[in-house]
Amino acid sequence: MSGPSSLRTPLARVRALGSSHSGTRDFWRQRLTAVAMVLLIVPVIAVVLTLVGSNQAGAKQLLGYLPIAIILLLFIVASTWHMRIGMQIVIEDYVHGEKTKLALVIANNFFCIAVALASIYAILKLSSGV
Amino acid sequence: MTARIERPLSPHLQTYRVTLTMALSIIHRGTGIALYFGTLLLAWWLIAAASGPGAYANVQAFTSSIIGKLILFGYTWALLHHLCSGIRYFFWDLGYGFKPNEREALTWGALVAGISLTVLVWIIAYAIGAGR
Repeated sequence: MSGPSSLRTPLARVRALGSSHSGTRDFWRQRLTAVAMVLLIVPVIAVVLTLVGSNQAGAKQLLGYLPIAIILLLFIVASTWHMRIGMQIVIEDYVHGEKTKLALVIANNFFCIAVALASIYAILKLSSGV
Repeated sequence: MTARIERPLSPHLQTYRVTLTMALSIIHRGTGIALYFGTLLLAWWLIAAASGPGAYANVQAFTSSIIGKLILFGYTWALLHHLCSGIRYFFWDLGYGFKPNEREALTWGALVAGISLTVLVWIIAYAIGAGR
């Protein structure tokens, strides 16, 4: 693309393409999910502490209780979203090979979505009593 | 294309004296990476609870082992430190706390609060566990 073979200057190639106005999207979502987790962390820790030493029946009963299930669902969505953005920043900072970077960014997305969906499925199963 | 202009490189990390805020910035990123993989524990626990008594007993066997407890203790500290350290960034995002004494105080506050809350959570956990 660039380099000595190109007759177009770098400026000419980007001129008039405009800004997508989405440059701060991840920055904003990182903060949004952080604020959400500051609010959710106290009830989430309370739920986990309540279940210390409890058996599966006790855990199933508490985790399937609707308000608690909703708090856990919100926490799962916020945390997996937050960690997807955070890990992408780490990858972009330290991995300089384009192909390796692309592969790791894809793997990061797959991992976070898999963790999120597995957790959400478990909570929904606990709530529905199946 | 004109000849490449040789500009000086910006100094690398090892050029700087290590400061508290620099160390905590690295620890914030480190705890974030640890929590990323620690989320697997949370997912495992939820899936086990949804699966049945056998799967749940496996999680409990792990969490009551020495290694399991050490990992959980580390996970608790990573979570609470990342939380306290993260709240520091809200102050900075909003434009407060940039004076040298303020940023030192915020950073010490995050470090002390993270450790204190971790100890508090584990005292409560042991009190609840002993009651069962």
